[in-house]
Amino acid sequence: MSLRLVENPVDRLARAIEAMLVIAPAPLSIEELAAAAEDENERVETALGLLASRYREGRSGIVLEHVAGGYAFRASREAAEACARLVERPVQRGLSQPALETLAVVAYLGPVSRPEIARIRGVAADSAVAGLVERGLIAEAGREEGGAVRYRTTPIFERVFGLAGLSELPRLDDLAEGAEDLRERLEEVAGRRGA
Amino acid sequence: MNAVAVRDLDLDLDAFEGPFDLLLTLVLRDELELADVEVAGVVLAFVERLAERTSADLEACGEFLVLIAALLELKARGLFPEEELAFDDLDPEEAAGELAERLALYRRFKAAAGWLEQRLEGESDRYFRLGPAPLAPVPQRPLEPQDPSELAGALRALAAEPPEPSLRHLELHFPPVSLFLERFRAVLRRRRQFEFDSEVRSLSRVEQAVAFLALLELRKAEEIKLGQPAPFEPITVWSAA
Repeated sequence: MSLRLVENPVDRLARAIEAMLVIAPAPLSIEELAAAAEDENERVETALGLLASRYREGRSGIVLEHVAGGYAFRASREAAEACARLVERPVQRGLSQPALETLAVVAYLGPVSRPEIARIRGVAADSAVAGLVERGLIAEAGREEGGAVRYRTTPIFERVFGLAGLSELPRLDDLAEGAEDLRERLEEVAGRRGA
Repeated sequence: MNAVAVRDLDLDLDAFEGPFDLLLTLVLRDELELADVEVAGVVLAFVERLAERTSADLEACGEFLVLIAALLELKARGLFPEEELAFDDLDPEEAAGELAERLALYRRFKAAAGWLEQRLEGESDRYFRLGPAPLAPVPQRPLEPQDPSELAGALRALAAEPPEPSLRHLELHFPPVSLFLERFRAVLRRRRQFEFDSEVRSLSRVEQAVAFLALLELRKAEEIKLGQPAPFEPITVWSAA
């Protein structure tokens, strides 16, 4: 006589979510998963918790991560070397300093136009913007009143940088001193030298 | 090797002697008349400092350019105090403030770029599928041993002068008008009338043009009569005899 196990309905939902995450080309939000599974958001969250404990570093080669406003599978970090031999990463490879600065401006101020980026960086941003668009890290997001195209970062940007969302970026004010600090420091240095 | 520190640059000018940093501060505080400062001297000092280095310090060059440009702008404004310019309402104090604001804003984004760079480095062992991932390139196999004479042969073939291209097909052949005069006369000896279009349909455009000239010649000599119901309609030719 076979022993029939009583199946937990959340297990069944977890398997469906697992399958969807495997075929999805981009991270899926709780709402998207719930709609596709025809289930409730709360139960999807519970199932995701179940999957997160199953697919985690040290336990599985596949890791569930919360990224770019959704959930997605990635390779475990211990498998990175093997992965590196298998695939290229053209999106993040060789990002230049101008490209990173432009990306930072778009990430913090987006949607933002090229003239605005150029004003902040003090140099034309045309080629940096074009390169970032080509990599898929930024995309067009409407136009200014004057007609200049505005840009914002894409979910690929969040995914590449491992951010659950743009709110995970550090506060700009925490990163560098402001104008007053800069001026005070200048004058302080000058005072010390002059003395 | 130490980086070229722009702010520590030692200056020995007529109006000022000391580090660049101090010059900037004094100018910002309006304690030094910028009109008296020789900007070219500052540039020379920097270039001399750069020449002592074996490699270019782009960071320092960039910072120096920004600072020297700001100095020049301030100086230009100071030199034309009476001019009614668009930025007339911006006094040197405001301009200096604006410059400090801009530098601070840029510094923040530069720091943010640094943060992104570090983040990317920290995430370098995080692999995920991003659309269809292109496979890593297959390592190139070195060429098998080659015969040098084969290479020489291939190069010789490339070095040979190519044959001159023929332009014969572009040349126009004009048949003599007399040819068509005779031809039309012969047709009219056999038939009372003929249609010009159907008679020349099989000819080239040049030949058609020459045939039309022949038609006009015959008309001028009153050998034929011409009829055409409307422009672009078929032309009918009769013998005038």
